[in-house]
Order: sequence, then structure tokens, then C-alpha cells
Amino acid sequence: MILSSLARAVAAILLAGVILAGVLLALGASPAGVFMALAQGAFGNWYALTDTVVKSTPLIFTGLAISVSFSGALWNIGADGQLVVGALAAGAIGPHLEGCPRPLAIAIILIAGALGGAAWGGICGWLRAHRDTNEVISTIMMNFVAAQLLSWSVHGPLIEASGAYPASTPIAESAHMYMFFPPSRVNLGIVIAIVLAIACSLLLFKTAVGFQLRAMGRNRRAATFFGIPIARLTVTILALSGALAGIGGAVQVSAITHRLYEKMSPGWGFEAIAVALIARLNPIGIVASALLFGALDNGSQAMQRAQGVSAELVQVIQALVIMILLAFDTPVLAQLWSALGRSKVAAAGAVSEVPNA
Amino acid sequence: MLEAFLSSSIGMATPILLAALGELLVEESGIINVGIEGAMLCGAFFALAVAYFSGSTILGLGAGMAAGLAINAILAVLVVNLTVNQVVAGTALDIFALGVTGVFYRKLFGITGKAFIVTLIPKLRFGRLTDIPILGGALFNHNMLVYLAFALVPITGYLLWRTRYGLSLRAAGERPEAADSLGLDVYRLRWQALLVAGLLTGLGGAYLTLAYAGTFVENISAGRGYVALAVVILGRWKPWGLAAASILFGAAMALQFGLQAFGTSIPYQIFLALPYALTLAVLAAVGGQAASPSALGEPYRRL
Repeated sequence: MILSSLARAVAAILLAGVILAGVLLALGASPAGVFMALAQGAFGNWYALTDTVVKSTPLIFTGLAISVSFSGALWNIGADGQLVVGALAAGAIGPHLEGCPRPLAIAIILIAGALGGAAWGGICGWLRAHRDTNEVISTIMMNFVAAQLLSWSVHGPLIEASGAYPASTPIAESAHMYMFFPPSRVNLGIVIAIVLAIACSLLLFKTAVGFQLRAMGRNRRAATFFGIPIARLTVTILALSGALAGIGGAVQVSAITHRLYEKMSPGWGFEAIAVALIARLNPIGIVASALLFGALDNGSQAMQRAQGVSAELVQVIQALVIMILLAFDTPVLAQLWSALGRSKVAAAGAVSEVPNA
Repeated sequence: MLEAFLSSSIGMATPILLAALGELLVEESGIINVGIEGAMLCGAFFALAVAYFSGSTILGLGAGMAAGLAINAILAVLVVNLTVNQVVAGTALDIFALGVTGVFYRKLFGITGKAFIVTLIPKLRFGRLTDIPILGGALFNHNMLVYLAFALVPITGYLLWRTRYGLSLRAAGERPEAADSLGLDVYRLRWQALLVAGLLTGLGGAYLTLAYAGTFVENISAGRGYVALAVVILGRWKPWGLAAASILFGAAMALQFGLQAFGTSIPYQIFLALPYALTLAVLAAVGGQAASPSALGEPYRRL
């Protein structure tokens, strides 16, 4: 099962690569040169390699956020806003932690991030559960509100007293995340991300709540008949999803930026959808797919410099990978594959892991 | 002041209304399309690019519509034929559109680094009507796309509720199995709805560059596609409701400029967040998707 998922993911990425090569040729760029530059930028040397890990870290957090919500057929498109609010909460409390013991200060920062994200996701959960508001729309709207909230904060109440540039007061040094191999930027965040991935995996597959969640994802109506508390589960899971993204934002503040800027996320919450789908919503798999996407992000800058192809190309790759993976998982193709000689059991197993609302 | 605000509200409502009318058809056929944002963004970009290089606004509008059509055709393959999850597929197309417009923008315009400006679609004047105080400027001083969008409101309503075709389309969205057993081709109906919506959404995007901004900036659609999704819910799947809801959002966006220009001490971010916060607030207040087509979002597989 795991192997077939992996094979599918690899096949999707290869197919996206082939389509992309065609697009590059049409644009007049050399596909080989672009792919080489991407790989060089992502893994070419120690700095590139460590920065790939650093760039993957927020994607693990947002990927986990997507995984827990999508497992319950709760379409959280708002991980970006939840990460931003998590960062905002961390950045707001950070300057006040001067003199606080380091482990405690870091814990406070992370909890602040989790609470901020949980509030942002929880609002959408509450609206879905009690006002029947489509969470696709509410989470997207909350992204825009979060971006403006952050912008206002760094221009207004949180602006650094001496600074003319819109950025917040730096967080206390005691709240700086532990770094592993300075001067590389690899930090404790990656470990926290992996621990949370394991925790999410246990939650989804080993607990009653996880079972209820997946049951709700498969069939909401049936889940209601079985006495699963849909409303409470909806609020809890969207809050948890937000908390995961929020911790990602707090880690970013604590380890990398040390303060707030107007734009904290380059779209990690959206990228996370691709990350989570490649992993077929499996939390452990998300660590691997986040590393892949972190590599793409990291390599894209080098690619832009070396080959003059804009870094936005990475978004095209991501979108292609999502679409191809979705297509691979459809019953229509499953039938085709079984007709091509695969066993019927395999075809039945190929039915999408992503619940259909 | 009031005249400018009203006029601006209607102008800002237009691209949202165009996209929302398309989405209404799509939703009545049983599909939820989160890819509107992407279709609108591609429409905006390709309309500008073609208008700039050809010097023809008409060609630009055509290119915008074609771009919307292309995006929705990809979506149709995914959600109608391959029956994949509609929300995820739509989101993928939104990311795809951001990437594609970014890559092409740099490819076409990035070399010189200067802004690419086209002449805006001219406003129509209605002689004496335009001179009426307040109302004249608010209602009778817009470009043709504005009037087209509002003319499409009753036309869409007529199509959906007064024609056999509309009945078929709604049947596909309410009870696809029943529609199929009556000999209606659910796949074809959903494809048609998506293609028409692609044309309208692409036109909405073209409006942003050719009738409003006169240039292209990254992510120029700025969530209007998502707002259009909300507008369909707020408008309770009724064309006139959609028009009213679009004007509400147009007004929220216009207010942002009006008050910013006014120089109030209120932070400008509040106005920028207003349309989105308003969407949330109104959706929470009206609640419910109870009025939505019953098969909305459910993939239909013909056995």
C-alpha cells in the first residue's frame, strides 16, 4: 500500500516533469539546464542542503494542518492565514520574554502560535458547525483578513520604536529557537515538526477521534447516524488544524525572522495542499513530501538566477503534481489500470484517499 | 463624492458579477468551482498581453475569455470526466494560474521591467441622461462590459427558470441519476455550464486589466474569484440576488478607496480587509447552504 502510494507519487512527479519540459521548450529554455539548476540550488552544497530542510519546515506544519482537516472532509484552504496569525501571536509576545528561561520562552512562543492559529481555524469550524457556513469560503476569507491584520500590526501597534520600515520589535533572545549547525539555519523546528507528524499519525490512525474524523470524511451522513458528534468534531479539528499551522508560523518567527514583517508566508498554506495530497494525507508521508517541495522552493531561486526562468514555475509544477495525482486516483483510471492487467483488488484500493465531499 | 462612490461600486461589482453568474450556472449543474480565482487571473493576464501586443481591445477581451475557457476546460476534464474532488482540483487550478501568469509575465514583460499600459475601454455616454445629478454619473457613465454584466442578470434567470435547457441543467444539479435516466447527458450539461462560466469569468478578469487597471500586476484578481463564490451563496442562487450581493462587495471595495482618499485616521488595512470580513459576516448571518442544489459538489459517475 505504502509502496503503491510512493510509486504513484513518483509517477505523478515524473509526468509533471515531462509536461514541464514541454512548457520549458515552448518558452525557449533548456529543460535539462532548468532541472540541473533546480537540483543544484536544492542539494548542491551544504548550505543548499540545510536550507532545503529549513524551507521544508513550515510546509510540514501546514501539510499536517491540511492532512487532519482534509481527512475529515473539512476543506481548510486557510492554513496560510492560520500560519500568519500564529506568527503574529508569537511575534507579539516575543519581545516581552526578556529574562525568561530559554526553554520556557520557546514554549511560550510556540503555545502563542498554536493558540493564534487555533483561534483562526476554530472560527471557521464554529461557523461551519453552527452557522452552516461553507468552510472553503470562510477559510479563504480569513486568509485575507489575517494578511491585513498582520500588515496593520507591523505598521501600527507592534512597530519597532526606532524603525521606519514596517517590522515589529525583535523578539527576546531567550525566545530564539535552538539552532543545530550554525551558521546553517537548521533548527529545532524540524524536530518539532517530525514529532507532531508522528503525533498526528497516532491521532488519525490509533485513536477514537481519528476514527470518527475519518468516518466523517468518508460519509458525513452515515457518521451522524453512528452518533459521531459532527459539530464538536468539526470545531475541534479545524482548531487543531489551525494550531498546527500556527505553530509553523511561531517556529518561523522564533528560528528565522525573529520579528514580524508585512509578508510572513509566501503561500505555504496553499503549497501544503500539494504536499498533503502527495502524501495521501498520511502525516508521516508529509515529512517526505514537504522535503521535496522545500527542495523545489529552494532550488527555484537558483533556477531563476541561472536560467532566467521565473521562480513562479514552481507553482506550475505544484499544480501539475496535484492535478496528475488527483487524476491517477480516480475510479475511471483505476478501471483502466485493472483492464490493463492489474488485479481487481489493486483497482479497488486505488480509489482516492481524499474524501469526496 | 456620492456619485463617485456609487459609480465606483457598480464598476467594482462588475467583474464579480460576471464570474458569479457563471458560477451560478456551474453550481446549478451540480459543481462547486473553486478555480474561479485562477480563471479570472488568467483572463486578466492574457487579455492585457494580447491587447498590449495587438493594440486591439476586442482581441484582448477575446483572449481573456479564451483563457477562462481553457482553465475551465481543464477543470471539466478533472471534475466531470475523472470525478476528482472538486475543491482540491479548483484550488490546484488557482495555484496553476498564479504560476502560469507569473512565468509568462516575466517572460513577456520582465525584460524591460517597465509597466505595460493599455488604453482603457471607453465609457459610454447617454447624452442628457449622463447629466442627471448623482444618478447620471452613477448609472450612465460606464463602459459596455458593465451594462453587459447587468443585462446578463435577467437573461441568466430566464435561461435557468424559463427554458427547457435550464430545467435540464438544474436537474443535473439536483438529481443527476434521475436526469440521466430521463435521457439527459449530465456530463455534457456540466461541461457546457463550466465552459460558459469560463467565458464569463475570463471576461471578468479582462475587465480588471482592460477596463479598470489598464495594466497587470501580480495576483490582480486579489480574491475576487473567491468573493464571487460567496456572492452566489449570499444571492441565494438567484440572479438578482447575485447582482445585489455583487454591488454590496463593489461598495465595500469602493469604500476602501473613498475613505483612504478622505484621509481618515482609521488604518487603511481595515478597509482592505472589509470586503473579506463582510463576506464572512454576511455568510455567518444568513447561514446555511440550504438553498444550494442538492447534488452540489458530488461527483457524478455514470454506471
